[in-house]
Amino acid sequence: MSVIVDLKKCNGCKNKETPLCVKNCPGDLMAIDPENQKAYICKEEDCWDCMVCVKLCPCSAIATKLPYQLALYKATLVPKVYEDKIKWTCTDIDGNKEEFEIKTLEI
Amino acid sequence: MATKEIKTEIIETDILIIGGGTAGCLAAVEAKEKNPDLKVTILEKAHIDRSGCLAAGMNAINAYLNPGETPESFVKHVRADALGLIREDVVLASAKELNNVVQKVEKWGLPIMKDKNGQYAPRGRWNIKINGESLKPIIAEAAKKAGAEVYNRVIVTNFLINNNRIVGATGFGVRDGKYYIARAKAVIVATGGAAGIYKPNNPGSAHHKMWYPPFNTGAGYAMGIRAGAEMTSFEMRFIALRTKDVISPTGTLALGFGAPQVNAKGEQFMKTKYKHLGGEGAPTPIRVYAPTKEVKEGRGPCYMDTRHLTPEQVKDLKASFLDMYPGIVLYWAANGIDPSKEPVEICGTEPYIMGGHCQAGYWIDPDRSTTLEGLYAAGDVAGGNPYKFVSGCWAEGVIAARSAVDYVAGVERLNAENEESEKERIFAPLHRYKEVKEGVTPSEMEERLQKVMDEYAGGVTVFYEMNDERLEVALKHLKRMKTQAQYLIAENLHDLMLAHEVIDRIDVAEVLVNHLLYRKETRWPGYQTRLDYTERDDFNWLKFVNSKKNTETGEIEMMERPYTQIIPGDRYLPR
Repeated sequence: MSVIVDLKKCNGCKNKETPLCVKNCPGDLMAIDPENQKAYICKEEDCWDCMVCVKLCPCSAIATKLPYQLALYKATLVPKVYEDKIKWTCTDIDGNKEEFEIKTLEI
Repeated sequence: MATKEIKTEIIETDILIIGGGTAGCLAAVEAKEKNPDLKVTILEKAHIDRSGCLAAGMNAINAYLNPGETPESFVKHVRADALGLIREDVVLASAKELNNVVQKVEKWGLPIMKDKNGQYAPRGRWNIKINGESLKPIIAEAAKKAGAEVYNRVIVTNFLINNNRIVGATGFGVRDGKYYIARAKAVIVATGGAAGIYKPNNPGSAHHKMWYPPFNTGAGYAMGIRAGAEMTSFEMRFIALRTKDVISPTGTLALGFGAPQVNAKGEQFMKTKYKHLGGEGAPTPIRVYAPTKEVKEGRGPCYMDTRHLTPEQVKDLKASFLDMYPGIVLYWAANGIDPSKEPVEICGTEPYIMGGHCQAGYWIDPDRSTTLEGLYAAGDVAGGNPYKFVSGCWAEGVIAARSAVDYVAGVERLNAENEESEKERIFAPLHRYKEVKEGVTPSEMEERLQKVMDEYAGGVTVFYEMNDERLEVALKHLKRMKTQAQYLIAENLHDLMLAHEVIDRIDVAEVLVNHLLYRKETRWPGYQTRLDYTERDDFNWLKFVNSKKNTETGEIEMMERPYTQIIPGDRYLPR
């Protein structure tokens, strides 16, 4: 189980004290690579797939990737977080898209 | 770095809460509401915004008294689900709080689905549907707003003890590398239960694709065991019935979408073979025991039959999972699975030790005090109170906080006897790496523990079955492994955390195997299937199996505690 960081999109959360993925990962797995100042996952196999980092990334630079032993190449599940809702786009291996919009907070 | 060069941070507080998860956040709010002058401190292993069981979210509250139900009717149901043996006093106390805590969290912003009359939409007798993707940040925000002081990324390793009273805890910062001493008038332990004791369903790159959070590693149990707290019912392991591979909850399929279990021959075996126990509504252990038996006897794979669902219902089902276990939606997309066209394959998980679904944990009074003065337990570490789930953990946090607030009014903060010795123990794996270089890595030790437990203490590959002889072999291995902790090496602070996680898991496993050996009956098929004592035996075993580590000899001493029936009626009937 793991996540993939898109190095073109990740900016290491330059303006923040701690990048959101590093701050929030429940497994203490996300870190910043001192060489390029971008996020990486330090123990891929220890990821729980909670998608917290994926949801919180302000650059949409992180994607969940299920291990190949469980999942064929290459379906995607992309969340976009708003103040009181989350929009998900799921694309299956044949390219079919499905969208979901779900409330997250009563305001 | 020598131990003396490690910086020490001393925290002095009134109420220390270890673990800012489901129970811990509600405990913090309650304590501050009851007495705003008290200092309340949370030590959290991760970051409280997204830690613990609720990291990915939750799609239902599964312990709520829907209209017509009472705390007493809830106790009856829980008792039957746990096959006639629970702490009725403890369950009743939290049942009385369930609806209050749910309504409280709703006020903080949790979206709860309503029917056309504006009532909570039920999803089964004790369940209501929520949009709980943000449940964790919502309760974390409430704890912060209430004025709790939060230290994130602190791994708590042991209690501070003064003359048998718990007076705080020690730990280390997994990011800052500091040694933490937290002195408190009262401590609430709310760390969650233990995953990773047994070999997981999936190997290698998918080893953390498990249902219970792999970051809940039994620290709260282990600290209590080492301090000599009395523990109960570890032998009631939790084995969850889950979707195969991605290990997502099946309650969403069964309760939310009416999917029955079927075997490979298409037989709805719960309805035929387990009709006398309630069919699809049979007690939770039976619902995992039955498909396991089907597979063992050659009628697998087993499924939950979702082929009756309309395309709209499938979309609702996926939306429901996205609030909780988004991975399954991706898994279906990646494997071309349409649940309206093919049934969803299910399996039992590797066993977990936790008091939220089952009842492994601290032996507590209804006020959530443990057998150690100054220490209260809430959430998955608290024993005797199964079927609590999210809302029951909230209730338990609230009750524990009230008791702790009352307790601290009459006591002083004390320094402890073990403040310095613990520092050596914590940082030893880092020092060994630096000085000796070679030894045992935490993942090597974890792998060995999981293999031993799987093969000899009833893991998934032996259909959860066990006998005295196998358990004795497990115990022999565990005792040897404990002496190897001195060889653990940690290259960095993250690995130091992993080292303490495996030390804690071995302490939990040792107590677990002692409990499994002690109960000479099969009380909970699946969770605790004995090949040598195959029947339930109410005459001899309608009682609790408890244990306490003798802190002088290091031996686990077993003891029995009586069961008391408070709510009248047949203990095996849910109504």
